[in-house]
This record gives sequence, structure tokens and C-alpha cells, in this order.
Amino acid sequence: MQAIDVSAPKSNVRKGGLKKAADLLEAVMRTLFTVCGFIAVGFVVIITVFLIISGVPAIREIGLADFLFGTKWASTAAEPSFGILPFILTSVYGTFGAILVGVPVGILCAVFAAKYANGKTAALTRGLVGLMSGIPSVVYGLIGMIIVVPAVREIFGLPDGANLFSAMLVLSIMILPSVISVSETALRAVPKEYEEASLALGATKTETVFKVTLPAAKSGILAAAVLGIGRAVGEAMAVMMVAGNVPNMPGIFQSVRFLTTAVASEMSYSSGLQRQALFSIAMVLFAFIMLINLTLNFIVKRGDNKK
Amino acid sequence: MITKISAKRKAKEKLLKALVFAAAGITGMIFIGIIVYILFRGLPHVTFGLLTSKPSLLNDTVGILPNILNTLYIIFITLLIVLPLGVGAAVYLNEYAKNKRAVRLIELAAETLAGIPSIIYGLVGMLIFVQFCSLGTSIVAGSLTLVIMTLPTIIRTTQESLKTVPDGYREGALALGAGKWHMIRTTVLPSAVDGIVTGCILSVGRIVGESAALMFTAGMANEVLGFFKAFTAGNAGSTLAVSLYVYAKERGDTETAFAIAAILLVLTLLINIGANFAAKKLGKGKERKWT
Repeated sequence: MQAIDVSAPKSNVRKGGLKKAADLLEAVMRTLFTVCGFIAVGFVVIITVFLIISGVPAIREIGLADFLFGTKWASTAAEPSFGILPFILTSVYGTFGAILVGVPVGILCAVFAAKYANGKTAALTRGLVGLMSGIPSVVYGLIGMIIVVPAVREIFGLPDGANLFSAMLVLSIMILPSVISVSETALRAVPKEYEEASLALGATKTETVFKVTLPAAKSGILAAAVLGIGRAVGEAMAVMMVAGNVPNMPGIFQSVRFLTTAVASEMSYSSGLQRQALFSIAMVLFAFIMLINLTLNFIVKRGDNKK
Repeated sequence: MITKISAKRKAKEKLLKALVFAAAGITGMIFIGIIVYILFRGLPHVTFGLLTSKPSLLNDTVGILPNILNTLYIIFITLLIVLPLGVGAAVYLNEYAKNKRAVRLIELAAETLAGIPSIIYGLVGMLIFVQFCSLGTSIVAGSLTLVIMTLPTIIRTTQESLKTVPDGYREGALALGAGKWHMIRTTVLPSAVDGIVTGCILSVGRIVGESAALMFTAGMANEVLGFFKAFTAGNAGSTLAVSLYVYAKERGDTETAFAIAAILLVLTLLINIGANFAAKKLGKGKERKWT
């Protein structure tokens, strides 16, 4: 009797203690998970803050207009000049050239994989596309250096094949896998009824694909194009290996420097204002990418809402 | 009744079809050509000596053992840090977060991180880890940079997997008196292991292929580092991809560059197969258990 009398309140106390401990554990874990959840937001903020802090001083010193619209980049000259218009235009032209070839070809490939290929060929295509999108950019750069650059030199009779044209070729091949896989997903998501209705009305298969399926998958395909743009703008290593890396104003057979390669090529030996100007270039590049990402988000969201 | 279509329509139809097949054929040929060319030029140079030695100026030999080890160290350290963070974030998004706006904000942040080019990661990693945290150009600084880069991948794959865990599991665990954390630890996470493994494999793929983000954070050194030395600040080391760039562009040694390219290609293939396998095998197991 006595034992029970004593132990009953004791066990209550212990239970209360256990409950408290359990509650504490729950609270701790909840806090931990919440912190983990918001860490991605924290990273974005930190990256933005660091880029702005280190990018703004040089722009202040050089002047925004001189920096963005100056046509001459001579960072190590006796009288240095920091105009990044050549890099901006090169990035714009290079990306444009890459999507001009890469996006239409990619969409046609996606049409093939989604609508014409039989099960085995489609699976093989997907595997191949997956492998190509996983290949490191330096490997593309190496292929560009060893095959594309000499070929361009021979075909066009140039003294040097490392130019904007070679970069465009390499970039268009590099963006193909992502363009193909995203547009293929979009094409496969089009409801079968649309195509059946078109076929029932007497349209041929090809007419159906091009007049019904492709327009219905518009937002997904647009997203694929924007994704391709993002990849082309952000690519550094492959471009560094094939574009010649001279800060010229862009011309199709000029040796050029992109925004990405401008940062990469001088970073290791830069100092002072030159180094700060490189951070400013990175900030401009970051702004470009954020713009592209926002566009992509907008397109994807609009597509989702429609469905 | 079969009505004939006009000659014009027929021609257009044929043209478009030819275009589709030509585009697919040419692209396929380019892709396969690239793969075959790399293997053909690279594999003959992948020798035992190359894989097991370090470059020596005295003997005039090259070796990529340091680069292989550095790649493994960076994969190990990065995953060690990014896994708890990414899985934790996915658990928060799927199990804890009530506020739709917060979820949207985090997802937007993850998408933003996924879209930032690696050269910017390299620069920011240099500013934050190499300089601000004064880790120096080191394996640790490179790994921390890659943690930020691979975080979105881990979050996304884990979250997708968590979404497919049936609510019945959670209700069952809660009904048996499990606390929320206990439920997550014993029921939800084990069922989401396919997504976590897939995320790991994809992250390894990104780490293996990364070069721009590592050049200025992990450096280009080619010394063999011991396991514990790799964890300390100031010990630089280049991964396979970075050393490919150095061999190809700065030393003009295309033989070694192609050998590394072939190794990277085979690794990419294995990683792709592994990711597909993990997603299929482990994912299937989950469905089977439930039905």
C-alpha cells in the first residue's frame, strides 16, 4: 500500500517531466527545421548583399554611364579604362546566336522524341539527352577547343578560329539538352483529347503536331527557351576556352570576351580598382540572370494558372 | 471513305516531317559523335600510372591522383553539410510550414539559387568564405560554396519525395501517440529516402562537373592531401574538372585533358544511371508497401 502511495505521485512527476522533455524536443526540432527552411532565403540575401557591397564602389568611381556604355576595356593600361559594353553586347549576341540555333532545333528534337519516336527510341533519346546535360562544361569547352575552333578557322580561312562564332556554336550545343527535355515534358503534358479532336477533323498527324500540340504547349516551350537563355548567359568555362578572350567589340569573327569570362579571366591576378570593377561586372551579370529567372518564373506560373 | 489531301498540304506535311527527323538525326549524331570522340581520344590515356600518381616536374610525368582525391573530399564535405540543411528545409516546407507565403518565398529563393551561374558562386564564395571567413583558397571554402549551389537540388528532390508519402502513414504514427518529430524521424523520412538518395546523386553530378565555382575557392593546387588535412583552412586543391581546364587551356596537354574528359564522361553516365535507378527502385518500394 505504502509503496503505491509513494510511487503514484512520483510516476506522475516523472510523466510530467517526460512530457516536458518531449515538448522541449518538439520545440527544438521545430525551430531547427524552420531555420533550415529559411536558410535558402538567407543565402540569396547574403549573395545579393555581398555582390552589391563589392560591386558598387567601382561603379561609383568610374561612373555608371562610363562603366555600362564605355566601349573600351583596358584594365591594366597606364591610363586604365573600364567600359563593359563590349562584354554586355558579346553576351547578348552570343546568347542570341545560341538560341537562334539551339531553340528551334531543340524543339524539333522534342517533337521527335514526344510524338514520332517509338517507346525504345524515345527512351534512348531521353537517356542520351540526360547524359549530354550532365556532361561538365569544361568537357564541352575541350571539344570546342579541339574540334570547333580549328574547323571554323579552316572553313572560313581565318588566322584564328577562337571567336564569337565558335562560342555561339558551342553554346547552342550546350543548351540543346535542357531545351529538349523541358519542351518534351511540355509536349507530353498536352491532353490527348486535343490531338484526337484535330485528327478526327481530318488533319494529318504532322499538321496536328504543329498546329495543335505545339501551340498548346506554348508556355512550357517558352520556359525551355528562357532556360536556354539563362544557361547561355551564365556559361563561363566553355566560352572561355573557345571565344578567344580579347575584350573587343563583338563581331562574328572577332575574338571576344563575355560577361562571365571577363570576371573569370582577370580574377586571379587583379587588384585595386580593376578587382572592384570585376565585382561590378559580376553584379551586372547577376542582374541579367535575375531578370531572366523572374521571366521564367512568370511564364511557368502563368502556364500553371491556365491549367 | 478516304479523301485525298491536296498536293500542297502533302508537300508541307512531308517537309515538316523531314525537318523533325533531320533535326533529331543531326542532333543525335552530334551527341553520339561527341561521346565517341571523347572516349576514343581519352580512354587510351587513362592508365594506371595516371590514376595513381601526382604530377612531377622532375620525372616529367603527369598524374591525377590528387585531383581524384580532392574531388572525393569536396563531395564528402559538401554532402555532409548540405544534406541536413536541404532535407531539413524540405521537411519544414512539407511538414511544418503553415504559411503559404513563407513556402512560396522559400521556393522562390531555392529557384533563384538554382538559376545563379556557377561563376557568380565562385566569386561570392571567394568573397565570403575565402576572404570574409578567412578560410583561404581551400577545399573547405570550395565545399562551402558548393553547399549553397547544391542546396536547391536536395530541397527539390526531397520535397517531391515527401509529397508522395501517403498521409495515412503520418496519421497512423500520430494515432499511435508519436510526437511530430518522432513521426518524421521514424515514418516520414524513411519513406522519402528515394528522393534524398536521388538528390545526393544529382548533387554529386554537379560537384564532379563544377569548375567555375571552384577555381577561385578551392584553387588549382595539385598536391596529395591527407584526409584530415583536407578539412583544414588554407589547403587548396583542384578537382578533376578544374584540372581538365588547367591541362587543356593553360598547359596545352590535350592527352591528359581528354583522359580526364573520358573519366568525367563515364562518371556522368554512372551518375545518370544511378539517379534513375534510385528514383525507380526506391520509389517503387514505397508504392508496393502502401498497396
